[in-house]
Amino acid sequence: MTGVLEMRAVSKTYLDGADEVHALRDVDLTVEPGKMVAVMGPSGSGKSTLLTIAGALETPTAGDVLIAGHSLAAMSRDDRARLRRRAIGYVFQDFNLLPGLTAAENVALPLELDGLSAGKARAAGLRALDELGLADRAARFPDQLSGGERQRVAIARAVVGDRRLVLADEPTGALDTDTGEAVMRLILTACKAGVGAVVVTHDAQLASWADRVVFIRDGRVVDRTAPRPGPDSLLAGEAAR
Amino acid sequence: MYTQYYTAHDIECGGVMSIRHALLALLSEAPKYGLQLREEFEARTGEVWPLNVGQVYTTLQRLERDGFVESDDDADPGPQKGFRITADGAQELAGWLRTPPDLASPPRDELVIKILVAVRLPGVDVHEVIQAHRRYLVELMQQWTQLKEDEGDVDLSLALVVDAEIYRLDSVVRWLDTADGRLKRAALKPPPHAKTAPAPQIRRRAGVRR
Repeated sequence: MTGVLEMRAVSKTYLDGADEVHALRDVDLTVEPGKMVAVMGPSGSGKSTLLTIAGALETPTAGDVLIAGHSLAAMSRDDRARLRRRAIGYVFQDFNLLPGLTAAENVALPLELDGLSAGKARAAGLRALDELGLADRAARFPDQLSGGERQRVAIARAVVGDRRLVLADEPTGALDTDTGEAVMRLILTACKAGVGAVVVTHDAQLASWADRVVFIRDGRVVDRTAPRPGPDSLLAGEAAR
Repeated sequence: MYTQYYTAHDIECGGVMSIRHALLALLSEAPKYGLQLREEFEARTGEVWPLNVGQVYTTLQRLERDGFVESDDDADPGPQKGFRITADGAQELAGWLRTPPDLASPPRDELVIKILVAVRLPGVDVHEVIQAHRRYLVELMQQWTQLKEDEGDVDLSLALVVDAEIYRLDSVVRWLDTADGRLKRAALKPPPHAKTAPAPQIRRRAGVRR
């Protein structure tokens, strides 16, 4: 199966004065539709760089990134920007909602930027909010929403339209456990509808929601979890009876 | 593999010991039969801690010996024998609920020992050892999270037990992360001038649980 995201031998090197900093080294990562992959590592391990390259916000020094089968390296700048708006949704720790726009306008914005009429974009935005249980918050501004509601609006914005890939950077960082759990359930629901997701985090609890966990250290993928065997294996007593 | 970690934890944290008090708690609601006690115990722990019939009857016999429960004198031993809690039993239960388990002295943790050994062993990459354990723990956490995802909404007891397990495993991962960082920083520093420092006070006072 083609992944919604395929990173092939991706490396990223920055120049810091005269020093070369290897932020990513030879990273391979595939995310299939419907799957959530967590990238786990300490701060400075390169996980945020991985996310910005996966999201076509930065270009790799070497290697290639394919979104839904399309190579970013082979694309013009404009095409890349269009793909970014249409196919990729972003969720950040600090929500990144525009304070001057209502919840509905925030969600509709990427569709409008992509050339959809204001009316159609608004209708799609309202639908996405409704699916996340936020229909009655549509007309509120971000500062009139709780932290959990703001993150749900950000998720609605990330999955609205025909998004194929959701990229999340510590999406529950500022939230309490219950609200964080609700946020992870929403991303999981989006995955069940066919979206692929990458969640980068240092938090094992957050990573444990993913189908697969990739461990990153010093810019390299050093390890991955085995496929999930399913929860039955935990009920140790079943076999003993 | 899982049961290895699991059993060690279970015994260490007094999980086996508390069957006694769990049975007293069930009997404090109403007199019950042995088989019924087993079924209710399992249902209320989200079926995560299975119990065999033998454990139930052995525990009941000891409780009876200690005067905490009474049984129907005339009935034969077996599934039809009923048990009820005594006044002493109710007092024992009330005391147990409010007595904190022994968490004051650090347990002799096998994982901590492995990492301590790996640090000193020539030719062993301690970071690789740490990662092997981290991966295993995260895999376990994935399974518990999936269990919560699938059934946490319907079974409150199960959700509570699953949360406890996830937090316990998470704390071990956090310790590994901290150890990883600490060892990395230590490797960059020149070794300190060796001297015999007095043992920290806590080691003297607390001792290690066996």
